[in-house]
Amino acid sequence: MNDPLQNWPRIQTVGLSGLVVRFGPAFDDRANRAAIAFRAAVDAEKWPEVEESSSTLVSAFFRVDLAEHDMSLLSARLQEVLDQQDWLDAPFPANRSRWTIPASFGGTCGPQLEEAAALAGLDPDAAIASLAAAQLRVLTLGFAPGQPYLGSLDANWQIPRQSQITKAVPAGALVVAVQQFCLFTASAPTGWRHVGQTVFRPFRSDAEDPCPLRPGDEVHFTQVSETELESIEAKDNCGNGGAERVQIG
Amino acid sequence: MNGLKILSVGPGCTLQDLGRPGMIAAGLTQGGAADPLALQEGAALLAQHASCAAIEIAGIGGRFEALCDMTIALTGAEMNVHLDGTSLPWGSSHYLAKGAVLEIGAVRRGVFGYLHVAGGFQTQVQLGSRSTHRMIGLGAPLRVGQVLPVGSSTVPSGLTLPEDGRFGGGHLRIVPSLQTESFPEELIQRFLRTGFFRNPNSTRQAMRLDFDGAGFSDPDQLSVVSEIVVPGDIQIGGDGTPYILLAECQTTGGYPRIGTVIPADLPRAVQAPPAAELRFEMLDMITATEAETQARRAQAKRLRHITPLYRDPAAISDLLSYQLISGAITGQDQKEN
Repeated sequence: MNDPLQNWPRIQTVGLSGLVVRFGPAFDDRANRAAIAFRAAVDAEKWPEVEESSSTLVSAFFRVDLAEHDMSLLSARLQEVLDQQDWLDAPFPANRSRWTIPASFGGTCGPQLEEAAALAGLDPDAAIASLAAAQLRVLTLGFAPGQPYLGSLDANWQIPRQSQITKAVPAGALVVAVQQFCLFTASAPTGWRHVGQTVFRPFRSDAEDPCPLRPGDEVHFTQVSETELESIEAKDNCGNGGAERVQIG
Repeated sequence: MNGLKILSVGPGCTLQDLGRPGMIAAGLTQGGAADPLALQEGAALLAQHASCAAIEIAGIGGRFEALCDMTIALTGAEMNVHLDGTSLPWGSSHYLAKGAVLEIGAVRRGVFGYLHVAGGFQTQVQLGSRSTHRMIGLGAPLRVGQVLPVGSSTVPSGLTLPEDGRFGGGHLRIVPSLQTESFPEELIQRFLRTGFFRNPNSTRQAMRLDFDGAGFSDPDQLSVVSEIVVPGDIQIGGDGTPYILLAECQTTGGYPRIGTVIPADLPRAVQAPPAAELRFEMLDMITATEAETQARRAQAKRLRHITPLYRDPAAISDLLSYQLISGAITGQDQKEN
């Protein structure tokens, strides 16, 4: 079988707003690691033309005013960094965190748990056990500020999005689709299924570090009861929702 | 408190500046004024920096009372405006004495109007900006009774600058985007031949485009991996409808993009009223960067061309060349002969 990443990475322009380095055509765990590591490597070079950067599921973006700076020169410099190593095997950048976040799965905290479990071919208890055991990574932040896409869940969780959009899930909701979790920053509509609830706030506008999660951080959820979640929320004054954070790497 | 008091206000009025650059990694787009060029115009008229916050008005303005003497500027989409009952010209700066009431009515040409004040509105800064970003809960639409603090700067008023004609639609120059080459060539050509109109349900996030004929979905691209998106990107929604992403768009998107409007033409897109036709012209990257550079130079030149609104005899430097005493006074300026 051909490697889906064999003709990648590719460097492309994004309007006149910058350059993107894409490591694959679809989500792939190795491409995600490559995007995170490559962005960190280019950032470390502190090129004056780069106003800011970000990584998405399989790509690293560098914001550059292409009316001011020569895109072919920049593209060549990005290619030089690409050629330095095999980015699909690159280690993660330093200063990552490991998060343990309390979550309540099923019941009123996860009204679509049973439906999602059935699609994953699991009974509800096995589904909760699987979700709570998963060792996940922040793949990217997006859709809303600080909002993490987390992966990858076991292959059973390769379940599609719903054809009908849920009108609103609450802030802190854990929703699932395509082998990933998303932890919602704010109440919003979604096509993913709502299987659990946290009181963790991925975006805290008044905090010194408004978006504490970073792509590459490790995350795992511990199952707590709805009552425990309520008492965590009552005691929480910073939006951490009872989460523990340990520095790694 | 010294400031501008809101006596009444339309639902689409928010405070905007240049937004919050530098946070896309955290999933937060820059946001800020839908038409950043209007901020530059306000800054030119008031001799201040374009980062000063102004009131962005979508649709209908409101009534505002000056609680102290101040100089204001009106830029962007032209709106009906009266100062204590007297009509004022748009695109210029004006003096408001303490107690004066400014009334801004409906839009006449364009979409987003801007009310600036010398020194800028001095509301609380959040994450480096005073911009309201509704989707993420920063700031809120302006409300009746609110007093917006103003900077103490006093500057000359009665100045104006030339128009650039961006309020009537027209051609928008675009460049290829991430998925452009995956669209069938025939579909791209049809897109470039089609006339589009702003759908009235457009927001600060995205401008939905109406058109006649079939949509622009490419069946092979219904699901693409989520990638960075930037203002100006033209996303093709699931039903084939194009959307131009604007200042408050998200940082990433999973819809295919057929092209990206160059920054210099984005204000023309943003300010196109529903009845004004828009057409797209695809440029290669080299031509586009040249066009962008030229357009920026032309705008910079225009923004330096500040002139008095009214001819004040004391400000006419060639006064002595006018035939004031002798000869036949024809009532005509000699220079017109």
